[in-house]
Amino acid sequence: MAVAARRRGLSTAARENLAGWLFVAPVVVILGLFMLLPILMALWVSLTDWNGQGSPFRSTVPFVGAENYTRLFTEDGLTRQDFMTSLRNNFYYVVIVVPCQTVLALGLALIVNNRLLRGKSFFRAAFFFPSVTSSVAISVVFLFVFANSGAVNNLLGLFGVDGPQWFSDARGLLHLLLNGLGLVDIDAPPAALLEPGPFGLSWWDWLSGPSVAMSTIIMLVIWTTSGTFMLMFLAALQDIPVTLEEAAKLDGAGRKGVFRYVTLPMLKPTLFLVLTLGMISTWQIFDQVYVMSQGNPAKTTLTPAFLSYQTAFRSFEYGSGTAISFVLFAIIVVLTLVQRWIMRDRKV
Amino acid sequence: MARDTTGGRTLASSFLGYCVLIFFALVFLYPFVIQIGNSLKTEPDAVSSALSPIPDPLSTAGYERVFLGTDLPLWLGNSVFVTIVVTLARLLLNSMAGYALARLRFRGRAGLFAAVLAILAVPGVVLFIPKFLVLNQLGIYNSYTALILPVIVDAGGVFIMKQFFESIPVSVEEAARIDGAGVFRTFWSVVLPMARPALITLTIISFQATWNEFPHSLVAVQDPALFTLPRGLADLVSGSLGVGTQYPLKLGAAVLATIPVAVIFVVFQRYFVRGANEGSDKG
Repeated sequence: MAVAARRRGLSTAARENLAGWLFVAPVVVILGLFMLLPILMALWVSLTDWNGQGSPFRSTVPFVGAENYTRLFTEDGLTRQDFMTSLRNNFYYVVIVVPCQTVLALGLALIVNNRLLRGKSFFRAAFFFPSVTSSVAISVVFLFVFANSGAVNNLLGLFGVDGPQWFSDARGLLHLLLNGLGLVDIDAPPAALLEPGPFGLSWWDWLSGPSVAMSTIIMLVIWTTSGTFMLMFLAALQDIPVTLEEAAKLDGAGRKGVFRYVTLPMLKPTLFLVLTLGMISTWQIFDQVYVMSQGNPAKTTLTPAFLSYQTAFRSFEYGSGTAISFVLFAIIVVLTLVQRWIMRDRKV
Repeated sequence: MARDTTGGRTLASSFLGYCVLIFFALVFLYPFVIQIGNSLKTEPDAVSSALSPIPDPLSTAGYERVFLGTDLPLWLGNSVFVTIVVTLARLLLNSMAGYALARLRFRGRAGLFAAVLAILAVPGVVLFIPKFLVLNQLGIYNSYTALILPVIVDAGGVFIMKQFFESIPVSVEEAARIDGAGVFRTFWSVVLPMARPALITLTIISFQATWNEFPHSLVAVQDPALFTLPRGLADLVSGSLGVGTQYPLKLGAAVLATIPVAVIFVVFQRYFVRGANEGSDKG
């Protein structure tokens, strides 16, 4: 192509301009066609009641304005109840997974980074391996591991503990905790908490915590993601100049002091990165829900991502399903911006 | 990290370190051991002694049923086909775009790169329904084209290649240009051969991502003849075969879905590590 351009007598700059666009053309076309255009089309569909029949752009498709969005927040009904339930579930999931995976990843990185230990590369590989395997395949394994007669319950049995029926147990962990402390009776919750609370869900429902079934997905995800984040921490740890830590020790800092005042501050950018990436990915949990629970039991593993899929492809309410995914998009964008903002604040 | 003055403390802390490492190595690897062990068990054995990794008696019935009683061979074929095509296409197209963004001066380059970064930030889960809409509108829903075309480039790969090309010296290319080679010729015979390490990283990342890809196949196809392995496996677990337990069969199918990535992981581990850290640079 450059040859042809030269024949036509184009200047070097014009030729490079042309070559540049030819080189990026496939990426521009594919990303435009399958990333940008879909988002625009979906914005339109989220304003309609399209049921999947024919083209969503025909004039016969009912236009409903912002109704698909308002139904999620203001109208009392099943749509809002399911959506709020999914937000609650995902919220508890994020609040547990993000800190756990970050702490576990950092802890593993610190130990693996210890210069005195041998077999580092084996341990690094062992911790990282779950991260590279198929989410579907690994969910199948966890279905087996947490089955009623599965490995986890066998293991608990060795300690004389009667394991729960993990995947059919809809009881919330917070409810169980309050029950265990004797503060509430899980079978007869205080009537005041059963009154409808914010967005149509009762306070009792909001304060459930993740269900026992959800906790299996929580464990699975912490287990599969910690390895990747460990590698990020490990790379950051190896970038810390040894002289810095040595100097701190010479100045009389103890082991804890070195960690608190030298290592941790140096890790701050990575820490924020891991938190941001963790937050973004945990709000998108889908594969594991699809394979392990499909939102059951009692909708306690329903997440916005799965709900949007279910609403569109199972109930054929594409408008409503798309609206859910845009709200999810907004949640992720806002959280990312908030974290960026906090990060900028800290750097100054 | 802790080189203490007293030898006793060092010894104790190494011992403690090993204990923690071994405990977590067990936590991270034992599920795979259980998976393989139980895929080779008989049905009652898998139910009654799930924790034990040793099949007693050894049985390949699960695998026989996977190959003879399900469409898994077909899904395996689809996965191999899709993964190879997507990976080859990504290698070429991502590196072309990465090269242009790093080296060629063309109008709109900065804006385009900003767009790539923006696309990188779009959460994939938000695109499920939108992607279906486009595939449906273009009339390619439920075809190999739908499985392959939307994913033959990825913003992350473009980013990795751009970073790489910026890190190598420009002098070699300039020499080639002075010798009269055109832009494409320079790219193909001078630049690409130098990019081998980055291309291997890209191959690994792309192979792993495409092999494991699940949601895309969920919104791109519905005909079981077009299922990839993760899609088929998900169907196997939640579909009609999901009735009853049939653990050896399901675990066997999951083993087969894991093996290719596991082999590549063992062979090319350092590239995986590099890939994970490239990912962290994006932020």
